[in-house]
Amino acid sequence: MEALGLLFHGFAVLLTWKTLVLMMVGLVLGIFVGVLPGLGGPNGVAILLPLTFTMDPTSAIVMLSCIYWGALFGGAITSILFNIPGEAWSVATTFDGYPMAQQGRAAEALTAAFTSSFIGSLVAVLLITFLAPMISSFALKFGPPEFFAVYLLTFCSFVGLGREAKHKTVISMSLGLLLAGIGMDTVSGNLRMTFGSAELLRGINFLVAVIGLFGISEILLTMEERLALRGHAASISLRVVLSVWKDLPKYWVTLLRSSFIGCWLGITPGGAIAASFMGYNLAKRFSKDPESFGKGRIEGVFAPETAAHASGTAALLPMLALGIPGSGTAAILLGGLMVWGLNPGPLLFVEHKDFVWGLIASMYLGNVVGLVLVLTTVPIFASILRVPFAAVAPMIVVSCAIGAYAIQNAMFDIWLMLGFGVVGYVFKKIGIPLAPFTLALVLGNRAEDAFRLSMIGSGGDLKVFWSNGLVGSITTLALVLLFWPVIDGLLGRVGLTQRTRATSR
Amino acid sequence: MRISVKAFGAATALLLGTPAFAGWEPTKPVEIVVAAGAGGASDQMARMMQAAIQKNNLMKQPMVVSLKGGASGAEALMYMKSSEGDPNKVLIAYSLIYMLPLSAKIPFNWRELTPVSVIALDQFVLWDNSAGPKTVKEFVAAAKAASSPFKMGGTGSKREDHVLTVFLEQKTGAKFSYLPYKSGGEAATQLVGNHTEANVNNPSENLEVWRAGQVRPLCVFDKERISYTSKVTDTQSWADIPTCKEEGVDVQYLMLRATFLPGKVTAEQQAFYVELFHKVTQTAEYKDYMEKQALKPIFLTGKDMVQFLEEDDATNKALMTEAGFVAK
Repeated sequence: MEALGLLFHGFAVLLTWKTLVLMMVGLVLGIFVGVLPGLGGPNGVAILLPLTFTMDPTSAIVMLSCIYWGALFGGAITSILFNIPGEAWSVATTFDGYPMAQQGRAAEALTAAFTSSFIGSLVAVLLITFLAPMISSFALKFGPPEFFAVYLLTFCSFVGLGREAKHKTVISMSLGLLLAGIGMDTVSGNLRMTFGSAELLRGINFLVAVIGLFGISEILLTMEERLALRGHAASISLRVVLSVWKDLPKYWVTLLRSSFIGCWLGITPGGAIAASFMGYNLAKRFSKDPESFGKGRIEGVFAPETAAHASGTAALLPMLALGIPGSGTAAILLGGLMVWGLNPGPLLFVEHKDFVWGLIASMYLGNVVGLVLVLTTVPIFASILRVPFAAVAPMIVVSCAIGAYAIQNAMFDIWLMLGFGVVGYVFKKIGIPLAPFTLALVLGNRAEDAFRLSMIGSGGDLKVFWSNGLVGSITTLALVLLFWPVIDGLLGRVGLTQRTRATSR
Repeated sequence: MRISVKAFGAATALLLGTPAFAGWEPTKPVEIVVAAGAGGASDQMARMMQAAIQKNNLMKQPMVVSLKGGASGAEALMYMKSSEGDPNKVLIAYSLIYMLPLSAKIPFNWRELTPVSVIALDQFVLWDNSAGPKTVKEFVAAAKAASSPFKMGGTGSKREDHVLTVFLEQKTGAKFSYLPYKSGGEAATQLVGNHTEANVNNPSENLEVWRAGQVRPLCVFDKERISYTSKVTDTQSWADIPTCKEEGVDVQYLMLRATFLPGKVTAEQQAFYVELFHKVTQTAEYKDYMEKQALKPIFLTGKDMVQFLEEDDATNKALMTEAGFVAK
């Protein structure tokens, strides 16, 4: 139990008034940047990083990581209330969170989101506390074929388990993959599909696309249909919070499954996004009533949020232990560490015990304080829905535009965002799902690079995806999920499963 | 859009240029433009400067780091090009200013920017996994004997790491498959995880895994050994690494680290930054950073710098042409 001793040492480092005040400040700032779409955690942390140069490393990282937790909590707010995901991994939260808000259950959805975020992070922090050394060596097992297998698994689970028509999912995904190819190709070093434009060099930024696809298109739809936000005045009280909590034990399987997926994927870079989608899809697959997903089911909020936060938290581990940031925010924290003269790497845990365990202790405290803070402010956020649409809509559009601009300080991105708004509107009208499109846009590049690096390494031999137990089982699982409807149908015909699956699609 | 940016830039230049007082100073926050992703060597250098300038009060205005690593750094180059006349943006440049226009036909020429100073030269080291061969000779022999080519990890395609790999092949006769990763950090962990057999990372990119005993430096691609003699690991210092030439593989490459302003800024503005970076090189933060990252100290400005850049450009162009990386 050396870990416990070190952890208590960490709490001792942390429990000073100064640190606690910094923690609160960080959390409030974080929630604030999380609520503004597009501004998000990475930008918030980047803007505030220089403020911390004069602090000692422990205080500084506590404050910055609290901004991170705050932003994670805050990201769920806009997803649920306005269908605008603040961060990539909040996309899956909108599937059921937004319908819930429309049905007047915004407070319930927000409570569910915050609670599951808390549970997800807690599981991941426990994991970090006790298994840190083992996990970092697990992350080292991931070479290009393993990375590709994980991405393949995410894509396949979408096609195989999605509720939409398969061909529409594939169309949407292919379009996303196509757009992901724009810009510099790392593997060949050549430019693709930029048509000589300097603006397209950067490629299509995922967040710009998401803000347009979800946020702007939602405004367009609302304008066409009713000129009012569909959310009803949510009555919020301690009673709502308690009733959500009372139901928690019912969903223990979902929570546990999502935490597990989150922790597993969090330690591989880019995992949080994959984790939230996978958590959602698996919850739906194993549900007795998959039809009700996407129509405002509370489990549809629990599943992705738990997974996203478990993985968002677990992503800090490879950053500290290996120097690989698992997310954009983690990458900026990494830059911060270096300024304070701390080099992330295997020796950080040995040479800077105070710092590492102070940070881990701050994860516990920051999460508890953050949960209390967001829950007490739920009424304020949910009341935004009561403001007339005519007043809220321009504000949303402006904050979307600021968000899109702020990501890369590029005016072009605002036009791009508006363009994606129209695309999103058309997609919704003709029933093409947006989620596979966004997923392909964010993971397409990485999946492609991982595949091509595997091919260079193996000399073009596809057997590399079954070259060891780890990659082999992930690849096989991916293929099983891809063909699941077929397999399931066959099994059903042979009579091995009694349950009829006809209703599930 | 770009026209109006340029027009605005030109107008700003006129406004700021005409009074031409000695002792120009930035009037708004200065942006350090990094042509690479977060956590890379350029980013680390930018953060070091930000901290050195802020802690030593070298400038009244704050400095912000802006990461423009899109399109393998081309984003930053185009950004600087379109910021003509804006004296509040400083690019931290490295060899990509020569290589990207050649390999990807990016419409960029470093001569369009205003050179400020060359602040360091970065080394390249051949590393293998600490469980791998112990010397260059053993390494080359193992690479030749291997049934499938050794995997060499590196950053980006048709860039420094890739060029070095090609020359390593030419000089040794061994074959490598080059795996282009997104960053040096990724190349480092992939070597530790045994997914590649070697890499040619900068010292800073492999420092931590070396100290943890997970990788081994085989030789440094310079004509002389690195000068820092204080122990980095329990037994070795940077100076203990032999040069590749000593080990019989004559491949040499040093990468510049330099600062540039956008084009069409005034001489006063240029002079301010020359002075500023000169002061930065005097700070403890800079000296500490140089030793820790095993960078070669150098400080060039004005004519010396331009001459250095021209020669360096010619060298890089020759290497790129010989390696067959110049786009037709």
